Amino acid sequence: MSAVLDDKTRNKALINEVLEVYPEKAAKKRAKHLNVYEEGKPDCGVKSNIKSLPGVMTIRGCAYAGSKGVVWGPIKDMVHVSHGPVGCGQYSWATRRNYYNGTTGVDAFGAMQITSDFQEKDIVFGGDKKLDKLVDEITQVFPLAKGISVQSECPIGLIGDDIEAVSKKKSKEVGLPMVPVRCEGFRGVSQSLGHHIANDAIRDWVFDKADYNAPFESTPYDVVLMADYNIGGDAWSSRILLEEMGLRVIGQGTGDATLKEIEMMPRAKLLLLHCYRSMNYIARHVEEKYGVPWFEYNLFGPTKIAESLRGIAAFFDDSIKEKAEQVIAKYTALSQAVIDKYKPRLAGKKVMLYVGGLRPRHVVGAYEDLGMEVCGTGYEFGHGDDYQRTTHYVKDGTLIYDDVTSFELEKFAEKIRPDLMASGVKEKYIFQKMGIPFRQMHSWDYSGPYHGYDGFAIFARDMDMAINSPVWGMTKAPWKK
Amino acid sequence: MPQSAEKVLDHAGLFKEPEYQEIFERKKAQFEGGCGADKVREVADWTRTMEYREINFKREALVINPAKACQPLGAVLCASGFEGTLPYVHGSQGCVAYFRSHFNRHFKEPCSAVSDSMTEDAAVFGGLNNMVDGLANAHALYKPKMIAVSTTCMAEVIGDDLDGFIKIAKQKGSIPEDFRVPFAHTPSFVGSHVTGYDNMLKGFLTSFWDGKTRAETTAPAININGGFDGYCVANNRELKRMMKEMGVEATIISDPSEVFDTPTDGEFRMYAGGTTAAQMEAALDARGTVFMQGISAAKSAEYVEKAGQKAVSLHCPVGVTGTDAFLMAVSELTGQAIPASLELERGRLVDAIADSQAHLHGKRFALFGDPDMLLGLTAFLLELGAEPVHILCTNATKDWTEKINALLAASPFGKDAKAWPGKDLWHLRSLLATEPVDFLIGSSHGKYLERDIGTPLIRIGFPIFDRHHHHRFPIWGYQGGLNVLVKILDKIFDTLDAKTTDSASFDLVR
Ligand code: SF4
Ligand code: SF4
Repeated sequence: MSAVLDDKTRNKALINEVLEVYPEKAAKKRAKHLNVYEEGKPDCGVKSNIKSLPGVMTIRGCAYAGSKGVVWGPIKDMVHVSHGPVGCGQYSWATRRNYYNGTTGVDAFGAMQITSDFQEKDIVFGGDKKLDKLVDEITQVFPLAKGISVQSECPIGLIGDDIEAVSKKKSKEVGLPMVPVRCEGFRGVSQSLGHHIANDAIRDWVFDKADYNAPFESTPYDVVLMADYNIGGDAWSSRILLEEMGLRVIGQGTGDATLKEIEMMPRAKLLLLHCYRSMNYIARHVEEKYGVPWFEYNLFGPTKIAESLRGIAAFFDDSIKEKAEQVIAKYTALSQAVIDKYKPRLAGKKVMLYVGGLRPRHVVGAYEDLGMEVCGTGYEFGHGDDYQRTTHYVKDGTLIYDDVTSFELEKFAEKIRPDLMASGVKEKYIFQKMGIPFRQMHSWDYSGPYHGYDGFAIFARDMDMAINSPVWGMTKAPWKK
Repeated sequence: MPQSAEKVLDHAGLFKEPEYQEIFERKKAQFEGGCGADKVREVADWTRTMEYREINFKREALVINPAKACQPLGAVLCASGFEGTLPYVHGSQGCVAYFRSHFNRHFKEPCSAVSDSMTEDAAVFGGLNNMVDGLANAHALYKPKMIAVSTTCMAEVIGDDLDGFIKIAKQKGSIPEDFRVPFAHTPSFVGSHVTGYDNMLKGFLTSFWDGKTRAETTAPAININGGFDGYCVANNRELKRMMKEMGVEATIISDPSEVFDTPTDGEFRMYAGGTTAAQMEAALDARGTVFMQGISAAKSAEYVEKAGQKAVSLHCPVGVTGTDAFLMAVSELTGQAIPASLELERGRLVDAIADSQAHLHGKRFALFGDPDMLLGLTAFLLELGAEPVHILCTNATKDWTEKINALLAASPFGKDAKAWPGKDLWHLRSLLATEPVDFLIGSSHGKYLERDIGTPLIRIGFPIFDRHHHHRFPIWGYQGGLNVLVKILDKIFDTLDAKTTDSASFDLVR
């Protein structure tokens, strides 16, 4: 039997093995989310974007996390109010590492936890009055804030508050854009609906209120870099390449974005989308309503970077295409040096991925550039289109797990024994205890950036230090060997 | 090109390079639409004035950087301290993802907890089905000995009835009839994480003790509960060690010291250590229960007393007098004498304080944190001859305010101090800017204050995200006092060195 067949058989057996432990009803449901990828199939053969089963320890979060944590929170010159009780905002306070430049608390409000801190009386009598007053107080303590968003937590939608009415009224009164977002955590099945709701709020409360007839000096090379949350500076190490190839980045977001930059989307000649999952909705809208095309690109690892830069350049004239080639050429030496240094240490190593809505496929190329192989992958909150797109990245026999439970992931890793597990903070310490090297792939494990050529060097260094750390040689006491 | 394979620069160095600085400048000047550096500086300066402080303190609705979390977080920590127990939160799933990652980031350890993933349909029809399936799934997959149920605010707002739901789930066969499911309603819009801890603890006590008759033991046996304690790993071990020295049989009720400190040896232990069911049953007969964080354990203490047991409420024994009080309370409950070995430890702590007191005397401190922790730390500062000035407790109770004021009034070193119940860290920013102090004590969230105002931060509290392994060292007991003392002194000396690098005062011996 070939190695691939071997893996396939083992992976199928593994799936059966974990399913056996579930109660019957749950096993039936989970079976649809686990599969072994067959080459040539149009998707990964798993169902997705379905409710998590109760009690299974899903790794997913909620719509609030998708809106406040992902899409809106990084817009730096706005005050984002976690509207409801204190918890949600407290746990998501400055933990995502969406970097920004600015003076926190003065003209930027990123690494802050701003909340209406609901008390029992707010639940009983409603929170609209509190919200009304809170807006006035924001204008007093943060005079340079350029707008306010209301990020709804669970209770808001349950107690019948009318945050839209309050927002309209207060927006007029204080002369600032105010955006109510109905991202209560019980909506949808994961962060994903929160992304969607957040996108819709951009459409309804930013674009529809902006004046696109106002004069604007455009150039043929105007792009907006979107759906990059600037984790550890990702958007910056992307932007540098776009500028070098002659494009004018008139807006960037939502990482390190100002509200003004978000408004720029309809003004662009091309909308560049890094995280398709979280902002494809607004991209489609901008295309439909304003005729701006969009392009999903991937700046992980030199192979995909070159592909993406060429793909972007194809939307523009020859001068840009030429410059794109120059940029690729300029960085070839760096990438090659990185590969020469790290590939010998990493070649053949097996990686299991489990991330959010984009990276389960996007980072595959970067690993392959280093000679590594992804043997399992899955999305926390991917949809069918993500699993289709994933087929361009994964190999025959790859284990696919959608909305994996902690139990499943642990069992899979126990048997597969990957050389690297790449997932989130909730998983990190579990796998390290098992002696499996780990990197956090949401926060870049407090490192980054990983995007672009500059980021690839860091990515390679980090994977090397995770896998080749001497610590893994000490997990067993020598007298037990 | 700033990047190279030989010397890889990550975010900390890369973005300081001129290529990136130019990008930042260009982005700001051409596209951000900001109001310019001068205006930003002007407003930044203004935020440090008395005028701003007054505006800031008028806030009634807006909360900025509070030092508190929500109830179910505390319930999860409490539940994690029982043997083989799976914390289960009834409600929406996002909260549990947050609780787990919060503890992951603090302890640098796994944190296992499940949610029953209520969504829109549950909002309409209630979460009974979620509970029925959730208990069955959790039980089958994670094979716990107990499941401890708490609630998110969603379940609380729609008014789900845990007791009823759990009974129905048992009837439907989700879990065996005799399977123990302690539970607590933990509405996030009441109190804070310490309230949730207290509610869950009471849930455990009720589950084990209700309907049982108490027969007080003649053995020197007591219970100790640490409360919501970010240092539980080390503190609980220290408590056990001290009790052993005294010959006291102490049951730590809720002891997460093992589960949040498992080895890396190739095996992941989802459950490790923790208070056992047998210990819980026997605990009813103990001579009494000592609550190390009494203010935050009010409901549990009341329950213990109702059960016929003595409850002793302490407030984080950091330092000499706190530990003295703890040991004397234990001695009184059990009749065991305080041994010479502990007295020796005490003497050593006093010795250390005497050696260093000149550097501590009169130093002015601001503190923020949980109620009992602040009482313990303040008491320690007072005995060091230091001067607490701003003591800020977002999740204060009336009881706390009275106690802290009494503590301050009893010491000449407390005369300049003011307690700030219910305030947040943005208030504290104004206090530090307008009435400066020498040092700040609090959680990692204090680092923004350190950056904005320049007050050096001594990290003691919860959460500690940006320093590693602090929780592995106790802060309670005489040994713990020594650790806290060294933390404070290190910061004092580092600050002094930094201040004197260019002068003759850059002394080798301090
Ligand atoms: S939704 Fe409620 S219970 Fe959940 S984290 Fe937020 S405040 Fe806490
Ligand atoms: S890249 Fe992944 S983790 Fe980041 S926002 Fe997109 S889906 Fe979420």
